[in-house]
This record gives sequence, structure tokens and C-alpha cells, in this order.
Amino acid sequence: MGLAAESQFHVLAVDDSIIDRKLIERLLKTSSYQVTTVDSGSKALEFLGLCENDETNPNTPSVFPNNHQEVEVNLVITDYCMPGMTGYDLLKKIKESSSLKNIPVVIMSSENVPSRINRCLEEGAEEFFLKPVRLSDLSRLKPHMKKTKLKHQKQETEQKFENSEIIQNDQKQTPKSQIQHSETESQSQTQLQAHSTIDQQQQSLQQGNNNKRKNMEQGLSSDTDRTRPRYSGIATVV
Amino acid sequence: MNRLLSFLFHQGVLDEQFLQLQQLQDETSPNFVSEVVNIYFHESEKLLRNLRALLMERELMDYKKMGIDLNQLMGSSSSIGAKRVTNVCVAFRVATEQNNRVGCFRALEMLEHEYCYLKNKLHELFQIEQQRDLAAGVRYPVQN
Repeated sequence: MGLAAESQFHVLAVDDSIIDRKLIERLLKTSSYQVTTVDSGSKALEFLGLCENDETNPNTPSVFPNNHQEVEVNLVITDYCMPGMTGYDLLKKIKESSSLKNIPVVIMSSENVPSRINRCLEEGAEEFFLKPVRLSDLSRLKPHMKKTKLKHQKQETEQKFENSEIIQNDQKQTPKSQIQHSETESQSQTQLQAHSTIDQQQQSLQQGNNNKRKNMEQGLSSDTDRTRPRYSGIATVV
Repeated sequence: MNRLLSFLFHQGVLDEQFLQLQQLQDETSPNFVSEVVNIYFHESEKLLRNLRALLMERELMDYKKMGIDLNQLMGSSSSIGAKRVTNVCVAFRVATEQNNRVGCFRALEMLEHEYCYLKNKLHELFQIEQQRDLAAGVRYPVQN
């Protein structure tokens, strides 16, 4: 399909009503968002890569080892009244999770109960929509998504920056070893790697920007293609 | 807007939410309204059967369970713009909260009546639209 000029925002919609799921999906698609719908809070957490707590520690949700939030979700919109885990419970779990707390959450409800609305907003919900949700309501979503996407990108470039340091240090110090025979090459490289980790902090300040740009041009960054899933905290170095 | 639709609006059978549904229908989703409405019919009939079964209980009536089913029906009716059905659900729910058996019976009868009326009218509406599309097809043949 080719690279999009601006990557699409991905919204996770949670509602136990099949009609409301169909509706919100259509509303979101019409507004040019990527949509995933689930019918419960627990499925939402599963999708986000957070599994339900077990008996050991009821207060700290643990993250699935295999799924480090490989699919980026820019916003969660959830119904309030759901059997089992309510929208409020889901909101709490997301905000209590270190990996998910920055995802904006919006609550929907068919009932206009001020105390309920306040409770949700206090718990960290960005917006509270009364059902039935209209197209015009969705225009309020973009600013929240843009804000976190910016933050996420910043985190990623910082991560890339760190990784690029290690590569650049190796590269800088290996010209000689490349001329040497192949047998000794690996030896010198391991020595140099040891060097680089020690010197890393000193050199990073000097080499900073050059490295970042250079590596991005060389395509060492795994994230030049924005349509690929993002890896939060684990940048793959090619 | 055709005559039947404006009539239904005037009668309060449908409200602007139905118009919202129509607005969401386009070339990428050409049957959106009928798809949603058919899901609605399927869900609602299931819920109405549940409600009737709960009300037929000779002994202890489960008002709480009725309330849950009603909330679902109310939510989906409101989501498609079925205003009169939604309003009857509200009244029905009040009756369940008051443990008012007679009130519940009356509300269910009214609900079933309103639902039948809505279903018939929506079918009529879809037929009119279908005929209109067919007629348009005859005048402007599809280029494929």
C-alpha cells in the first residue's frame, strides 16, 4: 500500500453490545481511524498485552512476556456498563499499569449520571461521551491521540539514540580491525565493545546528533516504516 | 427524505440517531443501515422473549434480571434511533424497580406493540428504498 504521509491512529473500542460495537466501529472508520473492537474489558487488556492478575499479587498486573504491546493503541474508548469488568474497572487497570497508563481512555455511557462522570474523569478518563455517540463527538478524540503519539515518538527516538551510541562506537573504532585478518577481527571487536561501554557516556554527548542522523539514513532504525508495529522499549537493531 | 421517513419522525417513532445511521452509510459501507437494523431485530426479539418468560414466572419474579435485559434493549433501541421503543423501556424499567408486576405486564404489552410497529415500518422503508434504487438502476444502468 505504500507509506502513509501521516500514520493512522489506532483505536481500541470496548463494548458488550454488538450494535454499539458496529456503530462505534463505523464512526471511527468514517473518521479515518484504524479500529479494533472487543466485547469485554478482559479482552481489551489481553489485546493491550496486560494479563489479569493472579493470586500472587492482586494489585500489580503483569505483562505477557511475548507481547510487549506490539500493536500500538493510541486510544481506548469503552462503554461504562459492561458485565464483569466495567469500563471504570478497565480505566483503572490501564492507568495503574506502567506500560499502558499513557494511553488516553474515553468512557461512553447511555446514562447521564454526574457522579459517574466525575468518578471517571478523576480516575484519568480524557472524555466522557453520552450515548448514542455522534460523529461530531469523535472530533474531540484527535487532540488526545496526537499528544500521546508525540510523546511516544520522543521516547522512541531517545531509545534509538541510545542504541545508536553502541553501534557508532564500535564502527568508529573498528576501521583498523577491518584491515586486519579475519581471525583477529572478532577478538578486537569484543575488546572494542568493552571499551565502548565504558566510554559511552563521555562520547555520547559529543557524537550525539551525528550518530542519530547517520543511523537513520543508513536505515538502521527499525522504525523508518511507520506502518510497522512499534516496539516500546525494545528497539530492534538491524 | 421520503414521506414515510418524515412521517415516522413526526410520530416520534424514530429520532435523529436514525439519520446519523444513514449518514454513516456510503459506498464503502452501502448496506450499513439495514445491517445494523437486522442485528437490532435479532437481538431485540431475543430480549423480548426473555422478558416475557421472566414475567410468566408464577412464583418469584426476577425483577433484577428483567432490568438487565431492559437496559440492553434500551441501549440498542436508542443507538438506532428507535425513540418510542426506548421510551417504553424506560417506563418498563421503572416498573421493575418498583417490583410492580401489573405495571410490568402493561409495559411489556406496550413494548411488544411498539416493537412490531417499528419493525413493520422499517421493513416498509427498506422496501421503498430498494424499489427506488432499482428504478434508478433502470434509468442509469450500472457501468461494469
